[in-house]
Amino acid sequence: MKKSINNTIPKSDVPLTPKDFESDQIIRWCPGCGDHMIVNSLKKVFAEIGYKKENYVVVSGIGCSSRLPYYVNSYGFHGIHGRANAIASGVKIANPKLSIWVATGDGDSLAIGGNHFIHVVRRNLDMNIILFNNQIYGLTKGQYSPTSPLGAVTKTSPYGTIEHPFTTGELVLGAQGTFFARSLDILVDLTTNVLFEAASHDGTSVIEIFQNCVIFNDGAYNEITNKENRDDNVLIVEDGQPMIFGKNKDKGLVLNNFNLEVVTIGENGITEKDILVHDAKTPSPFIHLMLAKMHHPWVFGVIRKTPAPTYDDLMEEQISMVKAKSNIKCMDDLLNSGDTWEIKE
Amino acid sequence: MNEETTPMSGRKQVNDIVIKFVGDSGDGIQLSGNIFADTLAHIGLDMATFPDFPAEVRAPRNTTFGVSGFQIHFSNKKVLTPGDEYDVLVCFNPASLKVNLKNVKQGGIIIVDSSNFTPRSLETAGYTSNPLEDNSLDNYIVLQIPASEMSISINSDLDKKSAERTKNMYILGVLYNMFGFELKPAINYINNKFKNTSQLINANLKSLEEGYKFSETLKNFPKFYLAKCELIPGKYRDIQGNVATAWGLMAAAEKAGLHLFIGSYPITPATEILVELSKHRELGVKTFQAEDEIAGITSAIGASFAGALAATTTSGPGLSLKVEAMGLAVMTELPIVIVDVQRAGPSTGMPTKSEQADLYMSMFGRNGEAPIPIIAASSSVDCFFAAFEAAKIALEHMTPVILLSDGYIGLGSSVFRIPKMADLPEIRPPFADPNVKYYPYERDDEWYVRKWAIPGTPGLQHRVGGLEKSDIYGEVTTDAKNHEKMVINREEKIKRIAHKWPLQRITGPEDADLLVVSWGGTKGQVEGAIQNLTTKGYRISHTHFRYINPLPLNTHEILKSGKKVIVCELNRGQFANILRMNYQDIEFHQYNKVQGQPFTVRELENAFTELLNS
Ligand code: SF4
Repeated sequence: MKKSINNTIPKSDVPLTPKDFESDQIIRWCPGCGDHMIVNSLKKVFAEIGYKKENYVVVSGIGCSSRLPYYVNSYGFHGIHGRANAIASGVKIANPKLSIWVATGDGDSLAIGGNHFIHVVRRNLDMNIILFNNQIYGLTKGQYSPTSPLGAVTKTSPYGTIEHPFTTGELVLGAQGTFFARSLDILVDLTTNVLFEAASHDGTSVIEIFQNCVIFNDGAYNEITNKENRDDNVLIVEDGQPMIFGKNKDKGLVLNNFNLEVVTIGENGITEKDILVHDAKTPSPFIHLMLAKMHHPWVFGVIRKTPAPTYDDLMEEQISMVKAKSNIKCMDDLLNSGDTWEIKE
Repeated sequence: MNEETTPMSGRKQVNDIVIKFVGDSGDGIQLSGNIFADTLAHIGLDMATFPDFPAEVRAPRNTTFGVSGFQIHFSNKKVLTPGDEYDVLVCFNPASLKVNLKNVKQGGIIIVDSSNFTPRSLETAGYTSNPLEDNSLDNYIVLQIPASEMSISINSDLDKKSAERTKNMYILGVLYNMFGFELKPAINYINNKFKNTSQLINANLKSLEEGYKFSETLKNFPKFYLAKCELIPGKYRDIQGNVATAWGLMAAAEKAGLHLFIGSYPITPATEILVELSKHRELGVKTFQAEDEIAGITSAIGASFAGALAATTTSGPGLSLKVEAMGLAVMTELPIVIVDVQRAGPSTGMPTKSEQADLYMSMFGRNGEAPIPIIAASSSVDCFFAAFEAAKIALEHMTPVILLSDGYIGLGSSVFRIPKMADLPEIRPPFADPNVKYYPYERDDEWYVRKWAIPGTPGLQHRVGGLEKSDIYGEVTTDAKNHEKMVINREEKIKRIAHKWPLQRITGPEDADLLVVSWGGTKGQVEGAIQNLTTKGYRISHTHFRYINPLPLNTHEILKSGKKVIVCELNRGQFANILRMNYQDIEFHQYNKVQGQPFTVRELENAFTELLNS
């Protein structure tokens, strides 16, 4: 049973199903693309959250992922390259009763729109940013992106990239982000789960989804996704639970000299009690940062979810506060305020 | 200064005076100017003011590049501009005299704080000899007032620095005597300004009164008198152009029953609009100081999608950055107001100086066929009405609208006859009816306007975006014929707005020898020049454009009425070329200036008479 979400966004009177968000558009993503799974998770979670249908707004920029608004039956805005987060900010500030979902990619939010991305996170505007990270530019047919690993061979890096990639979570935490979660396109349940957690978070939620581009970067996440060693490479964290992973559930993380270290339960006297318990709520970003940057194993789930005032709440509070104190109630009051004088007939 | 000698208490009657206060930033120039302007307002005179700031925030003392100023033009008749030449120049140091002397009228009055004409400050200003002693000012009436010295000696209870600061009041006292003003409004102003610091109030008042008395002791002290004002009865206030723009947008939001959202990034000389709007949370104004110019406009587009009256305010370099997003607003057919307070360009150019050279960019600066209506404010006060109208057109026609202002009218102030909200026209956005099946790109036959469906309204879920959409249904498509149809639809929508504009008017004789064409913030200077020439017997008419795109329906007819036509603008001929493009049968002469300065009435008179005599 899911927790319910309490905020000022109006709830639907009738129960909703993913069908309520089915759009009549023909989906134009390549067959096998990870995006298909993500949009299905989104429709599912919209129904689970249960806001009124008309209160969902999906905003996107440019890129394969940014086609998403057409494939969900809600209010949608397909913006221009890099600007989804800025457009969405305007939507939310103008009407805080809307539930805002940004569909964006590693190019859209970390390259051309990097500035808007860090600033929306810093402001902690209540919205959910789903960042599809495929480590490549798909729509323009295969150039490297800011998350492509150093040395990646792509159309614009035939000899390998000579750029150090961004880690999305590191940027989010650097910008004082209050929510960061990670999922994998094929883990539909986990995706639905973290999207729900994001919706229940009051503030900017960044959900990075590792997404396989079958055409231009197929297998980028093989190390994580292949069946044989997936379990040994993937740690799914849960708030309040020890960080244990592995095929045999015998591996875990401990803190050693300010570093996270992988240990095996049963070896060197390590027991389950020694394993670090995940605290997503702590305001301190240090362990969250290490989790976000870790590669062995890769960390998924809600890495950080910590409360802080949101821009939209502060805006509304400020308006009511100033309104209550002011004698100026309308434009006629303002026009006639201060220094005025009459010229008589 | 139109002098007529009258017996009135031995004072000369004048109708029209331009004063400029100049000195270092720390000399209290703006304060003296504001007090003086406030008194003029209480007497009921019309006026226009213009502050003149150095580009540097705090320039070194006594340097020519650190000179700041405050110009006031006042009259008992309608004041058209802050004035180009000064009847009275008030100088607090040699550098300010050096910079401003060239604009003092022949025979004009120069008041100097003579205590500040020290060898050192003369040298910093670049004087090799003291202009107060070397006869170089013989063509002027020079009043040497040792204001700093006197202020220090009469306020010996204060520390020297604070006492010296009141020198601006000392000189103000001299001016009040010169124009026969009572000190009372100034005293009230000072009492309000320095609330709770009685020591400062006393010092300032003492200097003011002593300055007044001191001027009585001067030999041949010039004294003037202004007759009663001829302004239309009503309630008035003083308003800066940028504040007027802010209020115009707020008025439009109230009239339309919408929230006002502003997404802006600070930029000279448009910043004051954002600053002003930030003050008005009490009226629900949501200002969003964006991380950059692009976020400014795109957040505004988002807010507009969500059903707010949205605007973004900027100057030329910022407008350049907004270009792509303006295309998005054209494509999504969402209402936003884009305010460009123009400054001298290209690139960073001269941020504090004015120009009208963003017209081409406003007209043409977008990829694809992307027409946008353009309204140009013609004065500081008109910024209010132009902003209101820009918002009304944006909201009722579902389109971005560019409002062109400029640094000169934006930073300048003039007297504003306060309108009543009830007298402003209604604004009726075309909201979609939730009970009717919604098609995002369905248009009404008359205006070609699509309906506005606001998120949160049940049943109107839809998608818009930068990709071309199918007519009526709004689905993504690259269909050839559909694209052409949509381009033409968007074009037609803007063209039809011309039917909403008032007809273009002409002032002056119908068969004039010269028709002067102007647009935007130059209206006052052009009117001034034409009035002067008309008095001298020239047959000259004037048409001033406020609506630049689309042009008013009778534009051709109007332009054909002049035997000769001259277009004056502060650029290299952008509007003239737009007119040529539209009306190839008319020969357009040009008068252009790109010096970062407004036209002077005199240079316009010369240009017009030269063309008339050729
Ligand atoms: S190009 Fe890659 S990311 Fe884009 S739709 Fe195809 S598979 Fe998906």
